Amino acid sequence: MSDCRRQWNREDELPVYFAGPITTGPNQRKSFGMFSSVEGAFESKTIDFDNYAVGRKGNRTPRSGSRERLLDTGDPMGKTTGGTRQGSDSESNAARDADESRAGVEVQVLFEKTNPNGQDERLLIRGGRVVNDDRSFFGDVYIEDGLIKQVGENLVVPGGVKVIEANGRMVIPGGIDVNTCLMKTYLGTQPVDDFLQGTKAALAGGTTMIIDHVTPEPGESLLEAFERWQEAADKRACCDYSLHVDIPLWNQTVKDELEVLVQDKGINSFQVYMAYKDVYQMTDSQLYEAFSFLKQLGAVVLVHAENGDLIFEEQRKILGMGITGPEGHPLSRPEEVEAEAVFRAITLGNRVNCPVYITKVMSKSAADTIAQARRKGSVVFGEPITAGLATDGSHYWSKNWAKAAAYVTSPPLSPDPTTPEHLHTLLASGDLQVVGSSHCAYSTSQKAIGKDDFTLIPEGTNGVEERMGFVWDKAVAMGKMDENQFVAVTSTNAAKIFNLYPRKGRIAVDSDADIVIWDPDIVKTITAKQQQSAAEYNIFEGLECRGGPALVLSQGRVVYEGGKLQIQQGTGRFIPRKPFPDYAFQRIKFRNQVSSKQGVTRGVYDGPVHDVTPTPKYITPSPSAKTSPTSHQPPPVRNLHLSNFSLSGAQIDDNIPRRSGHRIVAPPGGRSNITSLG
Amino acid sequence: MARQTHWVVCSQTAFDVFFIFIQRHFKPDCILTTHLFLFLLFFQSDRLLIKGGRIVNDDQSFHADIYMEDGLIKQIGDNLIVPGGVKTIEANGKMVIPGGIDIHTHFQMPYRGTTTVDDFAQGSKAALAGGTTMIVDHVIPEPGTSLMEAYDQWRQWADEKACCDYSLHVDITHWNDSVKQEVDSLIKDKGVNSFQVYMAYKDYYQLSNSQLYEIFTFLAEKGGIVQVHAENGEIIAEEQARMLQMGITGPEGHVLSRPEELEAEAVFRAVTIASQTNCPLYVTRVMSKSAADIISQARKKGNVVFGEPITASLGTDGTHYWSKNWAKAAAFVTSPPLSPDPTTPDYLNTLLASGDLSVTGSAHCTFSVAQKAIGKDDFTQIPEGVNGVEERMALIWDKAVTTGKMDENMFVAITSTNAAKILNLYPRKGRIAVGSDADLIIWDTDSVRTITAKTHNSAAEYNIFEGMELRGAPLVVICQGKIVLEDGKLQVTSGAGRFIPCSPFPDFAYKRVKARKQLAVLRAVPRGMYDGPVSEFSMSRGGTPSASARTSPTKQPVRNLHQSGFSLTGNRAACGEPVHTGTNIRQALSACIFCHFFCVHTQAIFADDEPSEHAISFPDVRWRLM
Repeated sequence: MSDCRRQWNREDELPVYFAGPITTGPNQRKSFGMFSSVEGAFESKTIDFDNYAVGRKGNRTPRSGSRERLLDTGDPMGKTTGGTRQGSDSESNAARDADESRAGVEVQVLFEKTNPNGQDERLLIRGGRVVNDDRSFFGDVYIEDGLIKQVGENLVVPGGVKVIEANGRMVIPGGIDVNTCLMKTYLGTQPVDDFLQGTKAALAGGTTMIIDHVTPEPGESLLEAFERWQEAADKRACCDYSLHVDIPLWNQTVKDELEVLVQDKGINSFQVYMAYKDVYQMTDSQLYEAFSFLKQLGAVVLVHAENGDLIFEEQRKILGMGITGPEGHPLSRPEEVEAEAVFRAITLGNRVNCPVYITKVMSKSAADTIAQARRKGSVVFGEPITAGLATDGSHYWSKNWAKAAAYVTSPPLSPDPTTPEHLHTLLASGDLQVVGSSHCAYSTSQKAIGKDDFTLIPEGTNGVEERMGFVWDKAVAMGKMDENQFVAVTSTNAAKIFNLYPRKGRIAVDSDADIVIWDPDIVKTITAKQQQSAAEYNIFEGLECRGGPALVLSQGRVVYEGGKLQIQQGTGRFIPRKPFPDYAFQRIKFRNQVSSKQGVTRGVYDGPVHDVTPTPKYITPSPSAKTSPTSHQPPPVRNLHLSNFSLSGAQIDDNIPRRSGHRIVAPPGGRSNITSLG
Repeated sequence: MARQTHWVVCSQTAFDVFFIFIQRHFKPDCILTTHLFLFLLFFQSDRLLIKGGRIVNDDQSFHADIYMEDGLIKQIGDNLIVPGGVKTIEANGKMVIPGGIDIHTHFQMPYRGTTTVDDFAQGSKAALAGGTTMIVDHVIPEPGTSLMEAYDQWRQWADEKACCDYSLHVDITHWNDSVKQEVDSLIKDKGVNSFQVYMAYKDYYQLSNSQLYEIFTFLAEKGGIVQVHAENGEIIAEEQARMLQMGITGPEGHVLSRPEELEAEAVFRAVTIASQTNCPLYVTRVMSKSAADIISQARKKGNVVFGEPITASLGTDGTHYWSKNWAKAAAFVTSPPLSPDPTTPDYLNTLLASGDLSVTGSAHCTFSVAQKAIGKDDFTQIPEGVNGVEERMALIWDKAVTTGKMDENMFVAITSTNAAKILNLYPRKGRIAVGSDADLIIWDTDSVRTITAKTHNSAAEYNIFEGMELRGAPLVVICQGKIVLEDGKLQVTSGAGRFIPCSPFPDFAYKRVKARKQLAVLRAVPRGMYDGPVSEFSMSRGGTPSASARTSPTKQPVRNLHQSGFSLTGNRAACGEPVHTGTNIRQALSACIFCHFFCVHTQAIFADDEPSEHAISFPDVRWRLM
């Protein structure tokens, strides 16, 4: 009901949700009847791997593959041309059929190696414009063993190298999708896109690494959940991956597990929830403790920022009004509720002096709150997602239930159609830093669990495949953002925040060979028929998108070329991440040093003290000393011996017998000696 | 002086005659009340004429005379025809303004077995001395006790002692159904229209977001004003523990553990909840720039929100918490704390002038140094409160009007008129107009006074504005048509103050709210029934990411399936048929026949009358083919 306020002074146009005739949004595309899985969406969903991976073998390194690398090798650009090559003798000159090539990007296989395990595949990307987040330059990129070995012009490369002609196109670091949910169980059902399907879609969109959310059930062990996820991903993923772990509740066990995860398992980011009352939601006190604890561990706190209490009340109200369809979802989660939680999370972060990362920034007000906080110096990062960047919440009012339900995600898409543009502007200006997809695809029948109650609709939209394309289409192609910033928001910033840089997120010597040749001229119409995801419906259905990957290299291998995927499941490696990423923690460390607070040294107050009844009829209005069970605060009754209530030290008035307290009816002379105020 | 004595004698005789008459005709237990009533009547029958003054209301200023009778303003204009024998006050062109309304005081507030040093007599006396002719005190019931009893208690205290008219806010310190009923009857029968809730004081006064939502919703329905004490109590509790651990136990710990962003955060949250529930919001004690900014931003977005800075935040800052003198530092302890930023007072005065902040209170709550010393070894134990009821008007005049920030009309608005509007007492209070109460002051813009505890009317030993020079002071104060301050002499009558009942739905706050209520009717999208396949799912799994069906303890435990749109009736015919479980979804699609939502345990559910059982035993909802 209160949503009206946003537009209440625009008399001419009523908000879509109480306009009389209900439209289904401005860019309604197609209707496929009452049950609208897109026609043909189920066709060619099975991948015939024999067709693609001819003669290819996995070059998967063991999971432990945490190759120790120096993170501070400096900018390697300058010294690449003269680099020495260790020639390998194990190659033969057997020619190999050139793959189908697209216009603009030609792949010439001059020689094919015979090495059966294919690990030392060598590749040269010639004539491309290398675009990093800081600058663009023309240069060749030479790749060996899944690593970038040389960058520059006139590279000296060994013979027998497969050459990819980039023809002046952009060569960018592969995208990093910081937010996917490929195994998020909902009421016992799994999303239709698992690690295989999801990473396939990612690669097809130019994303060469995903960071998935481990979502343990409340009460489940975080470690077990993590292992479950890792096992599944190791088997299925076809691009590198890492994992965030969500913290469903807060207690001592969880703390111990967090420590193990950070120190031994290579996890440096954890999500906490301010929404989902009675399930995942934490109180402010718990959040404060969690923030403090994670800061000590050097982990980044991800926050799902929505006020769960208010949402719960609103949901009940909306259901009580008889609104049970998907439109109830945005109505019960208005954007101020998101902005409020963002504000609170940032306040907590400031108090604890801890970096805060807001996942899924879906509304203007939430984004503005982040931008303002950054202006005040808070260390806060914002992550809009594909859905929020490319479409809006007007679809919740679609007459087609299945379509409306497909958009259900939390926080919801804003019904304000100017939101995507605003978010892109903030991305371009650096107020928002990274783009995720929050890809969590449920089939229509899964969504239909909530057909009579919107609160039961499983939440999640697609977007992993469309992510890079839409940022290009809506920001770069529109002139809002330059190509370097494009690289920053789709890849580099994510690598920095999560301590993967410069292994990921940069084209430089010794970085992983996760590279995309980007074609800004590809025009594609998004449709569920042609997507990699297994979902029947694509929320971007019918949208045109300029820009897309022409060729994708993952771990130094060509995995996508000319619209065809050549992947092998299980090749994705788990990339462990170290705590204390500089990008987030450097400022924090300095602030810690500065902000040590000092008490005032005063003489002991020796004036009269009013007697307080030992069992007070009225309790003090100050916060009680009661502690929450999990906290490490002082015990309920503050022990006077622990506090600096110093009775033991020699005092100037030791010779004067001390009385425990004076009952003062009228202070002698009106004021005591210490109150003679100057 | 002699003139007045004469009056008293005269009227006393008349009064006695009346009283004897009453004694003869009424039961003895009525006599006391009647006595009081007549006593008031007698004093109200004063007739007064103010000549040659410039009347300043919140909308305009003009020269006119004012004639008052029976405590009401009877005539305004030039060359008034008045009865003979009227006492005339020559204003000599000075401003005549409506008496101030201090919308926030804590007189005679109980605290851990003691009370604040200013009781209603002392406090209201200080108020009158400063030009404030009405105060609104906060009733603070202990959590768990009856609001009504606390209200009665406060009424009794105030009726006995107050020297000026008063009204009451009631603080909601806990929330349940009986509190709800009490709030309802307080609004309907007791003349209370404003209720304060706390977002701070964890485990004591603090209410959860859900409770706040319920209270806001309830008060919006009943036409009450929600006042919030906006600070994030949970974070404060954590910060306090941290400060004490760091060994900071002095008053500086108070401000360090309650940084201004916690105030801003809570204000933001309160604004959000109010906006969700479409309820007018009143933020008490705006102490910091950030909190004030949030309020002005919210107002710019169209939220109905009022901010109340207090004398302390308008006149001084929080640097004093670091004073070497413990007693001085402790005297400044109040919550939210004074901001250590010395530019804050100026900023708040500017926002008052621009209208972003609406009213001023004093939050006058004075403790003696000995009382403050309860917390000498632990700042969390220091009783919170500062003085300010007497200094309020002069301080704003000095800081805002003489500096050119604010004009005299705005001065009247924020010291008196706006408060009267919010309390729904306008135009009885807060305006000089025919028919209004004769509460007014002649304001002397030239007098300069130095604030000091030696001369102030409060019983506190220390004045936080000590040594401050203020220009502007009341010359004459008229309360209930009676001169209480003249020639620097204060003549008050303890117990003369009346309780002024406030009615709900003040237009100032509710006009917009009502209009929005009509606009904001939500409608569902009319759709056909979804008849596609539905996945199997199990409710028994603990972790549904959507809001669970579990409800807060205060409400009905589980959504009744019979009330929701979850329709089982259509399938009852199918109940007897065998159930195919685990049928493949794709099959279903290709088969393209009716799929129905079907509950295996339908029989069990229908047999069971207790709705709360449903969610627990609701094991398997499967779709099936017919």
